[in-house]
Amino acid sequence: MSNFLSSSIGKKLIMSLSGLFLVVFLLVHLSINLLILFDSTGGLYNEAVHFMGTNPLIKVMEPVLAIGFIVHIVYATILTLQNQKATPTKYNVTQKTKTFSWASKNMYILGFAVLAFLVLHIIQFYVKMKITDTAPIVEATGGHDGYKLVTDLFTQHGTLSYVYCAVYVLAGILLGLHIRHGFWSAFQTIGWNNYTWKSRLFTLATIFAWVIAIGYSILPLYMTFFL
Amino acid sequence: MADKILKKLYIKVWRQKNANTKGKFETYEIENISQGSSFLEMMDIMNESLVAKGIEPVAFDHDCREGICGMCSLYINGRAHGPDTEITTCQLHMRRFEDGETITIEPWRVGAFPVIKDLIVDRRSYDKILHAGGYINVNTLGNLPDANNILIPYEDYEEAMDAAACIGCGACAASCKNSSAMLFVAAKVSHLAKLPQGQVERENRAKAMVAKMDELGFGNCTNTGACEAECPKSISIAHIARLNREFLSAKIKD
Repeated sequence: MSNFLSSSIGKKLIMSLSGLFLVVFLLVHLSINLLILFDSTGGLYNEAVHFMGTNPLIKVMEPVLAIGFIVHIVYATILTLQNQKATPTKYNVTQKTKTFSWASKNMYILGFAVLAFLVLHIIQFYVKMKITDTAPIVEATGGHDGYKLVTDLFTQHGTLSYVYCAVYVLAGILLGLHIRHGFWSAFQTIGWNNYTWKSRLFTLATIFAWVIAIGYSILPLYMTFFL
Repeated sequence: MADKILKKLYIKVWRQKNANTKGKFETYEIENISQGSSFLEMMDIMNESLVAKGIEPVAFDHDCREGICGMCSLYINGRAHGPDTEITTCQLHMRRFEDGETITIEPWRVGAFPVIKDLIVDRRSYDKILHAGGYINVNTLGNLPDANNILIPYEDYEEAMDAAACIGCGACAASCKNSSAMLFVAAKVSHLAKLPQGQVERENRAKAMVAKMDELGFGNCTNTGACEAECPKSISIAHIARLNREFLSAKIKD
């Protein structure tokens, strides 16, 4: 295993495994978000917020998740730099070759856009709940009122709420595009692909990307326009 | 029916004296090219007209001119081996071009394939990858065994043959935005991994060839699929998945 991590396939394996790990996080996050749709008093959502804030397993996973993000970003940067170095001269006539998707050629840019959104998202939620402790409190339990925090963001800021809504929807779409290529790509890199599974993985990735994009876009839209 | 004649073409071509000089594009006008002629015949006609004018002819790689040797390269109008799929440049015909068109011809742009002269690039890095493990060791002393003694399942034989169709032309790396040689390496590894003769050196082969590929400065595959689309032998990226599998399982056993 000596030089495994310095090999091209080794680095790509790290990308794929960290990517799949982040995908699991996205699914957990999304399923909690969707609770808002099922209880307009916010009680159900706040229970989940309370659980996520106090459960010891989640507390352990928090730094692991942060490491997952960092590893994914650091290795993406290393690979992208190496790839640019491998192609010192560009073609004069722009490439007309058909690739699988536009996303496949722009994963780093898409990833960067998602990262920029992530910073905003952390400032708007994580910082208020975990660091500055300025998030509203539920009187009865003393826990954070995540429901009020999120609905305020999309309803109480006037025009800015519409801007936030647009940013969150855009982020959902970009994340969907990133996953459309990243999801099947992860399996390809691990080696779990062949003639038959290629089209199956494409279909799975497309469905999954839509679930993520729609799932994450539907909430800001719902809160901005229907609450 | 007689082929249509392209009255005038503008050939914008990369000129570079040698590996150490800076190159630039030159545009040459040529007249009366039959649409029935092949692309390389058009290049020959152009070169003859250049010689007549006292200009040095454009250097380009070519050999068998029947799509089997992998020698011809050329990045034509933004695509490796030109606008058709599943062909090499020598199989491309002038009927794919219009009268009065400007055709841009560039050499492969891959860091590991430096330009030697004009449109000729040094593709010996592919040979070096092969030398690292793309072969089987056989003892040729004594009687040859009967070929039919080694039975190979039909599906395995078909897949091995699909991979073995690789002619090492370099279109995969040339079309890849990362200049990755993964499809080439995958084809060679996959071809031998599918056959009984390739089993002995199987693990070492994957490790050695990938290590050599990385060492030579080819990029990392990001699964864009450009290689598969431009491969004249349409080798599938399913072989890249097999290469990944071979490499990872060999590394885990280390």
